[in-house]
Amino acid sequence: MSTYDKSMALTGQPPKILSRNQKMATLLGMFGLAIVLLAAFNVSFPNKGLWLTISLLSITLGTIWFSWDAYSQKLPGIKNDGVWFKSISSKGFWGWIAGIALTGFYIILYFYPEYLGLVKGGENKGVIALFDPLSKILSGNAASQWFVYGTLYTVAIFAFGIKFIWKYRHNRYERLRTISVMFFQTAFAFIIPELMARLNGDKILNGGSLPYYDLKNVWPLNYYNFEGYRIKAFLSSGDIGLALLIFGILSVFVITPILTYKYGKRWYCSWVCGCGGLAETAGDSFRHLSDKTVKAWNVERWVVHSVVVFVTLMTTAVIYSYLGTDTSKYWLTKSSFLIGVTVLLTLVFGWVMLFKRQQLQKDAQYGAIGYFVIIMALIGMHFFSGDGNVFLFKSETLRKSYSFLIGSIFSGVIGTGFYPIFGNRVWCRFGCPMAAIMGFQQRLFSRFRITTNGGQCISCGNCSTYCEMGIDVRAYAQKGENIVRSSCVGCGICSAVCPRGVLKLENGPLENRIDSNQVLLGNDVDLMQLVNQK
Amino acid sequence: MDNIVIIGNGVAGISAARHIRKLSDKRIIVISAETDFFFSRTALMYVYMGHMKFEHIQPYENWFWEKNRIELVRGYVTQVDTETKQLQMDGSRAIQYDKLIIATGSKPNKFGWPGQDLHGVQGLYSKQDLDLLEVNAPNKEVCKRAVIVGGGLIGIEMAEMLRSRDIPVTFLVREESFWNGVLPDGESAMINEHILEHHIDLRLGNNLKEIVADENGKVKSVIITETGEELPCDVVGLTAGVTPNVNFLKDSGIELGRGVKVNRYLETNVNDVYAIGDCAEQHEAIGNRRPIEAVWYTGRMMGETVAQTICGNRIEYKPGHWFNSAKFLDIEYQTYGWVFSNKGKKEYEAHFHWRHSEEKICITVAFHKDTNQFLGLNTFGIRMRHEVFDRWLTEERDVDYVMEHLADANFDPEFFKKYETEIVSKFNSDLGKSINPKKKSLKRIFQTA
Repeated sequence: MSTYDKSMALTGQPPKILSRNQKMATLLGMFGLAIVLLAAFNVSFPNKGLWLTISLLSITLGTIWFSWDAYSQKLPGIKNDGVWFKSISSKGFWGWIAGIALTGFYIILYFYPEYLGLVKGGENKGVIALFDPLSKILSGNAASQWFVYGTLYTVAIFAFGIKFIWKYRHNRYERLRTISVMFFQTAFAFIIPELMARLNGDKILNGGSLPYYDLKNVWPLNYYNFEGYRIKAFLSSGDIGLALLIFGILSVFVITPILTYKYGKRWYCSWVCGCGGLAETAGDSFRHLSDKTVKAWNVERWVVHSVVVFVTLMTTAVIYSYLGTDTSKYWLTKSSFLIGVTVLLTLVFGWVMLFKRQQLQKDAQYGAIGYFVIIMALIGMHFFSGDGNVFLFKSETLRKSYSFLIGSIFSGVIGTGFYPIFGNRVWCRFGCPMAAIMGFQQRLFSRFRITTNGGQCISCGNCSTYCEMGIDVRAYAQKGENIVRSSCVGCGICSAVCPRGVLKLENGPLENRIDSNQVLLGNDVDLMQLVNQK
Repeated sequence: MDNIVIIGNGVAGISAARHIRKLSDKRIIVISAETDFFFSRTALMYVYMGHMKFEHIQPYENWFWEKNRIELVRGYVTQVDTETKQLQMDGSRAIQYDKLIIATGSKPNKFGWPGQDLHGVQGLYSKQDLDLLEVNAPNKEVCKRAVIVGGGLIGIEMAEMLRSRDIPVTFLVREESFWNGVLPDGESAMINEHILEHHIDLRLGNNLKEIVADENGKVKSVIITETGEELPCDVVGLTAGVTPNVNFLKDSGIELGRGVKVNRYLETNVNDVYAIGDCAEQHEAIGNRRPIEAVWYTGRMMGETVAQTICGNRIEYKPGHWFNSAKFLDIEYQTYGWVFSNKGKKEYEAHFHWRHSEEKICITVAFHKDTNQFLGLNTFGIRMRHEVFDRWLTEERDVDYVMEHLADANFDPEFFKKYETEIVSKFNSDLGKSINPKKKSLKRIFQTA
């Protein structure tokens, strides 16, 4: 179709080369990364604390310098010039290089941490050793591969967060949202858990030790939160431990539903979440690469909801496996737990089918029925087949395969490693069970919507192109429909890039929120009635 | 079964096709010489700027057309024979129709300037124009300067496009201020400033005298009428408005003015031939509208209307309250109802204008001098809610009511700064009133009990 590609080969290229400042900034950032890389090859730096500081500072300052040069000389406004010409952001050579490098990093991180310098039962070497000084300041312990990852992750969100704020400095929603994710990452994901580790063995914990707990992570995103070892750790850590356990349960069943009702799932996905935080900051340059086809949407719905079913089964099985059978010892037993799960799922399913059925598409209804039947059958089978494994599987097998397939491969290797190829929200869109559950609620029971501004849409496609979740926003906007999609994380970029002021994220009454009428204002009123006749 | 043929796959033609398909099982054929698939013309600029690829400005996936049995034919219609109900394409193929919809859009104006057909001189309307610009101005090395002639919406868009590749741009505007045939003076002045902020060499009150060729028949420079100055350049953009693209209908017997003459039912003088969109010309203008409306939204509305008529429910084209929007570089513009420029202002029309002290934000409200009725609003840098203004216009609210409830109409993203208090206090001091702006009410906005 596009003939301009040919002409470019003849006459040259639009500006996409880096300025001198940007080149130097890139060099500085690369220098910081090179220190980390050299450490990985076991170059032993004499003063690790100093070199780590130099490295992290170079990465941060390099990124900030680059953004300063890119945006500070320009007037505030949308800065998407040349996005599809630059090789890094249009799946070109540098895009693939970045994708392969990131994927490689994740494979090493998850499966071969020894190459990063992890030594079981001994002194750290390599990269991990480089991070030891920082870890000792925070938690008092030596670093692990997860500490290295967490530090780099936080640095990325911080540095690219500044870039994002600069880029969208005319947009207060974007600025506040980014400050929020930067805060939650630095404080909740990074510093607080490390400091909490200092309490371990302390009197206030009755000598117990808390599990590593990022308080803003909610089940099923932290699918492991209710595993036996963690419950034991919580329960052995006095009142604080118990409070944290209760908070963990409340955040699933009370806090999340209330906030999602009031604001949509964006309160989490694009204001709090760490995965979302990285996607919105470091991943911002890749948001337009998400697949917008109807086909991708179909795949998304099946995959992400299958993950929800998987995580529900897995968690049920894991909790089941460590519960007792004797009611006199503890009120919650294997059987009462399973019955509880069954009742809860039935209530939710029944509510949807009774009151919200008409808001689901046909295939979504079939999907819901299908999944419900599977879970019920498995639970039923358990009761009829007697003791032993739950759901025909060993809970341990379920847990291990979940953490391998979903926890590592999907969220890390594919989810982040493939940013430059599939876009920045692959995990959030296709894999995250928490996003799916909140999305389910967002679609059926929330005040959030993206309002379409009457008939002002010109079908330009900026909204759809820059939607990181692959929602074809334009398809709704050009018909004058509101956008109420379960996958929408409320990043607000569709509204920002719209050249005609058509889209607004807002919370309003549930009534008429999903409006499938084609209300194109400015049109003849009688004609609109005719058009809306089905 | 009726055979519906639509010439032109722009928003008017495609809206007609979609709605005919919704209402009927008729055979639908859409002919286009421009592209295989429908695309958003208003978004062409973003392809050149690298915001999107061409495929992104196509609103429907390619399977859509076959699934909805809308047959797409690529070709140029050279002749329409209304006697035999037959179209000639590219001089060879012929296509029969039972009903014909002409939706051929516009073409850029050329006013007979010397050198207007040289290499490097072009308009910006079609996909072909975009491709040509990619050849003429791929970067600032090939195109060392571009001169744009004509200070309207396409002109400023073309300037923005070229600036995105750092190409120096001189912008010749005939009027004393940018687009002041449409915009009131205060707004027009603000846009002038913004154009300069973007390092565009804006020449107000300057006309093109001639375009000078080099020895290869390529543009070398332009000469300005007023100053006689010769500006060396590699590209000249002609953006002085558009004209209906109807030359191929000259001998068809279909009545032409500047465009295809239609009545309120969008019917031409020939049975079973309709015209919609940019190329249609009303015998008499509807209300304050122009007889030819080359606007995205009206093209779409005409398409929806003609679909009803063709499917057996003959109705008039009856557009509702006027609205429009555009974006001038970084400044978004929306308009609801009628606000005329100082040149075109009605004798009963009074204006209230507010502009932010530092930022490029302003609004103009038009109201009736005697009755105080709210007539319309122009807004720059503040998004407003179409639904609310449409309602107020229908309810014929007075300007005091609009000012009092202005917060309801705000459509800016959450957490944006609000300006209602400032606006209303200026309104009060300008007009000696004492209106207290009300807080935004979801109940009023969404009309819930």
